[in-house]
Amino acid sequence: MKVEKMTIVYHEPIARNIYQLILGGTLVQEMNEAGQFVHVKVGERTDPLLRRPLSLCDINKEASECTIIYRKEGAGTALLSEKKKGEVIDVLGPLGNGFPLEAVQAGQRALLVGGGIGVPPLYELAKQLVKKGVTVTSILGFQTQDVIFYEREFASLGEIYIATADGSYGTKGFVTDVIGGRGLSFDVLYACGPKPMLKALEQKFPDKEVYLSLEERMGCGIGACFACVCRVPNNETAYKKVCSDGPVFKVGEVVL
Amino acid sequence: MSRLAVELPGLSLKNPVMPASGCFGFGREYAKLYDLSQLGAIMIKATTREPRFGNPTPRVAETPSGMLNAIGLQNPGLEKVIEEELSWLAQYDVPIIANIAGSTMEDYVEVAKRISQAPNVHALELNISCPNVKKGGIAFGTVPEVAAELTRLVKQVSAVPVYVKLSPNVTNIVEMAKAIEAAGADGLTMINTLLGMRIDIKTAEPILANRTGGLSGPAIKPIAIRMIYEVSQAVSIPIIGMGGIATAEDALEFFYAGASAVAIGTANFVDPFVCPTIVAELPVLLDELGFDHISQCIGRSWNKGGPTVYCGT
Ligand SMILES: Cc1cc2nc3c(=O)[nH]c(=O)nc-3n(C[C@H](O)[C@H](O)[C@H](O)COP(=O)(O)OP(=O)(O)OC[C@H]3O[C@@H](n4cnc5c(N)ncnc54)[C@H](O)[C@@H]3O)c2cc1C
Ligand SMILES: Cc1cc2nc3c(=O)[nH]c(=O)nc-3n(C[C@H](O)[C@H](O)[C@H](O)COP(=O)(O)O)c2cc1C
Ligand code: FES
Repeated sequence: MKVEKMTIVYHEPIARNIYQLILGGTLVQEMNEAGQFVHVKVGERTDPLLRRPLSLCDINKEASECTIIYRKEGAGTALLSEKKKGEVIDVLGPLGNGFPLEAVQAGQRALLVGGGIGVPPLYELAKQLVKKGVTVTSILGFQTQDVIFYEREFASLGEIYIATADGSYGTKGFVTDVIGGRGLSFDVLYACGPKPMLKALEQKFPDKEVYLSLEERMGCGIGACFACVCRVPNNETAYKKVCSDGPVFKVGEVVL
Repeated sequence: MSRLAVELPGLSLKNPVMPASGCFGFGREYAKLYDLSQLGAIMIKATTREPRFGNPTPRVAETPSGMLNAIGLQNPGLEKVIEEELSWLAQYDVPIIANIAGSTMEDYVEVAKRISQAPNVHALELNISCPNVKKGGIAFGTVPEVAAELTRLVKQVSAVPVYVKLSPNVTNIVEMAKAIEAAGADGLTMINTLLGMRIDIKTAEPILANRTGGLSGPAIKPIAIRMIYEVSQAVSIPIIGMGGIATAEDALEFFYAGASAVAIGTANFVDPFVCPTIVAELPVLLDELGFDHISQCIGRSWNKGGPTVYCGT
């Protein structure tokens, strides 16, 4: 974990309100795990005040570059989207614990399930799994056709299925409809996306090896402020911090 | 003597800069970034008798140049704080100010008695001003007689000097400060957060699960400065000032207003190195302004003749 002014190498929209941001800097040498995130200062002044947590989507150590994909949501990401190539951004990271690669062996099958802006960290994960010899199947869910991104990139790493809520592309419905409909089998499932999706996966696969990446509003991003806690099952006072104990948890480890 | 060194009751500070309670946990995270011995002191997260989970999430919401929080005093409880956190912090050459909270006066007394015995706890900070807990917390901080009674009880059992943290959510902060001084407090810390709320325009629901939360950050800085300006002229015990400090210039304003030391809260989230940075920049600022020692700045906005407030040099 360090703070570094990273340089914008590339910054362009790749779908409606979705931006791809490539940052260069020595901090990349510290980035290892898919599912880790960085805490990004989007403004120079005090408004917006807080940093924004964004996942690592691609780590390229040789080029000392990392990719972030984000959706323009509110004031902070809108400001971020105006930054130009060559400008620097204040980045704190890498933060959190990513998806465990040890959970799956070469020759086994991993199912990667992403929803919307939860898709980015799965790309680095898919790369690392394929390198390890794991067979990767990706199921990506989006609202509608024009916010789909990285279909080709995921397709180059394994089988891919896309679902859209409005049916404008791929299977109509949710990612869980795809898994059910296709009867997809797997040894390990990794997922990142909106909470209802994570809950549906938790219910559907109670006996499987499942890892989920959570989102929570953050203050510090490093474990000091207790903003981002979630409960541990069957315990009144126990907790885990999404920023420093997560954001990836084994299913059942925390209450969704 | 270093030009930043300040003597306060119980506290020989090598510099007057410390992280504020609740914004630094128990120091473990920031210790991964820099040596905590650089800090003047550390105000640890509020400690209660029993472990507390705190409020449901979302617990934070952003506001213009500020943030709302409703953490709800989450902490691992007195025993664990003493055994695990304070003993871990003992490896650093830095005095600890233990922020304590409770739902009843007995809670405060019990925590004060025990935690003030820890060798590295040099002072207590009574949190009578937390806006985020249903019972206790803010009630103790809004009625002067209640605050005074609590101060007296804690003073009786504490092995170290007692600072009381004032709530800005009162009509007359001077009255409150005087009542607490009269009850025997060794110092004041101010300000805690201001009660606020934000509403999500899509759902028409408050963003915080607790509905209301405490406002902190640059947005509250002028309120903190005004209150310290008023209180420092009305009491003779020292004040540790906080509320929106993010730079050495901000800190200097607090000294001018009448603070003898400063604490930094929210700014740690924006720049994790903010405390050591301010420690490094203060001497540069003193040079620019022609001061030899930080104590010359204390209360300067209302006392041009030099410091009359406690600065202990
Ligand atoms: C670990 C983690 C990884 C993430 N990775 C990505 C990613 O790779 N790509 C991406 O597009 N988004 C990601 N998000 C969500 C992203 O952080 C929010 O969309 C972003 O903070 C919104 O900021 P804003 O200024 O546009 O919105 P505003 O609504 O103006 O933000 C106001 C405040 O709420 C917080 N906030 C709002 N929405 C969220 C949210 N969903 N999660 C956490 N905090 C939120 C903001 O950080 C800010 O403090 C991630 C969130 C977490 C917790
Ligand atoms: C996330 C958060 C948690 C806090 N927790 C505590 C606490 O446990 N005890 C306390 O006395 N004050 C607590 N505070 C208040 C701060 O110590 C400080 O008084 C206030 O935030 C104003 O300073 P700032 O603007 O520099 O943050 C908390 C503030 C924040 C933002
Ligand atoms: S964001 Fe501060 S503890 Fe997680």
